[in-house]
Amino acid sequence: MSNQSERLLDIDGLDAGYGDFQALFGIELHVDQAETVSMIGANGAGKSTLLKAIAGMLEPTAGEIRYAGELLAGVPANRRVANGISLVPEGRRIFPSLSVEENLLVGAHIGRKGPWTKQRVMGAFPMLANLAGRSAARLSGGEQQTLAIGRALMANPQLLLLDEVSLGLAPVVVKQVYEAVPIIKGQGTTILIVEQDVNQALKVADRVYCLLEGRISLTGTPGSLAKEDVTEAYFGLASTTEAGA
Amino acid sequence: MTWVNAIVQGILLGGLYALFATGLSLGFGVMRLVNLAHGDLAILAAFIALSSATTLDINPLVTLAIVLPGAFVVGVVLQRLVFDRVVGVDPAFAIVATFGLSIVIQNALLEKYTADTRGLYVGELETSSIRVNDQISIGWLPLITFLCGVGVLAALALFLKRTKLGRAFRATSDDPEAARLMGIDNRRVYGVALGIAVATVALAGVLLGAQTSYDPFIGPSRLIYAFEAVIIGGLGSLWGTLAGGITLGVAQALGREYNSQWGELTGHAVFLAVLATRPTGMFGKVQA
Repeated sequence: MSNQSERLLDIDGLDAGYGDFQALFGIELHVDQAETVSMIGANGAGKSTLLKAIAGMLEPTAGEIRYAGELLAGVPANRRVANGISLVPEGRRIFPSLSVEENLLVGAHIGRKGPWTKQRVMGAFPMLANLAGRSAARLSGGEQQTLAIGRALMANPQLLLLDEVSLGLAPVVVKQVYEAVPIIKGQGTTILIVEQDVNQALKVADRVYCLLEGRISLTGTPGSLAKEDVTEAYFGLASTTEAGA
Repeated sequence: MTWVNAIVQGILLGGLYALFATGLSLGFGVMRLVNLAHGDLAILAAFIALSSATTLDINPLVTLAIVLPGAFVVGVVLQRLVFDRVVGVDPAFAIVATFGLSIVIQNALLEKYTADTRGLYVGELETSSIRVNDQISIGWLPLITFLCGVGVLAALALFLKRTKLGRAFRATSDDPEAARLMGIDNRRVYGVALGIAVATVALAGVLLGAQTSYDPFIGPSRLIYAFEAVIIGGLGSLWGTLAGGITLGVAQALGREYNSQWGELTGHAVFLAVLATRPTGMFGKVQA
């Protein structure tokens, strides 16, 4: 592949799973500097497993993950944050006993320099400024999701991983949460989005991967993909479909 | 008036129990560790204070200047060498590991110091007291112990609330995996937490040794009181630990006032009553 200098994330032949259960098979994927890439796929396709492997919460069983040219194998999750990889985990995972402001401050724990500060995050998401002193446990789902994104930004990531940010939110709230993506992109941050909501994922992405039963079933730019192909790659309806990128 | 005196003595005793329980509460709160060796670590500290005081010919309370930093280091090392392998794997492993540590400490102390009963002699402080009236007098040593308990809890509460590391403690307590995603090294957090836990219980052990006699096997019985204080106050609540310690101390003192044999019984009875009627304790946070 060309353009090594622009390549921020490069995944080669990745297998991963939980115990005896293999969730990912030979994943080939790359994300370039300042790109926004969406990974779509049905429930259980292995999308979250992929993000966990990138963030260091799960050690792959085979294959390589390169970040900014360096192999990530053996680098613990907390060190990957310092290297510029931040994950907004599935289910938001905000710290319920901390206030909104404290959640943001914990996000800045490693003190990585960059465009995002508490003031900037609160400026970009005024909702968080209004709720600063409130216990994070008392936020609505959409507010928690915004907080989880803001908290990840506090680490000034170069690569932001968003895992199912639309999960369990009303469509209007999903739309609000996704308004954050162009703002984040505007700071030059590279984004990898994992999403079940195909429309939302296609709308914000420069490039799309579709994951089906642990294998990449389709890849391309949102404009180049026919709706039938996406449906097929997403649900695996056509029996003749061959897995591969 | 003797009842009032019993309550006063009970409150002061509660300060010691709270001091014993603080580290236990912290260890459980931050890393879900039930440390069965907690009481033995206190007694270990008391013996080390005894040896240091004898060797250097100084007041046992002065040895705290060596014992407390030493205890902190012991906690950090224990976390790295022992607990790091079992915490978060399976609660049963952690309990067995701490139980093993408890046995090791007891037998090492037996080997070195024999089964003789010891005490720390802190000079005049031991017997001097403030006479409030004919019935009530407050011993300086119990008062200092109580103030140490309150001071340690206040300092710890301030640390957790106001400092960056304290915030990391609370975040790790909420969700260790999510904390790692914030770049927090949970092993470091656990190390510092256990260091603080062992240092506080070492302080409790030395103050205990100054007030009463001890032997290598007394640790577990002290651990029971610490557990009861934590449960009465509510798991994970620092000020609850103080309230729990005081409740236990007062219950014991009142029981003893009624019948000298009853002290322990009334303490345990109050503990069981709290457990039966309010399992989350007085200030326990309801688990989400």
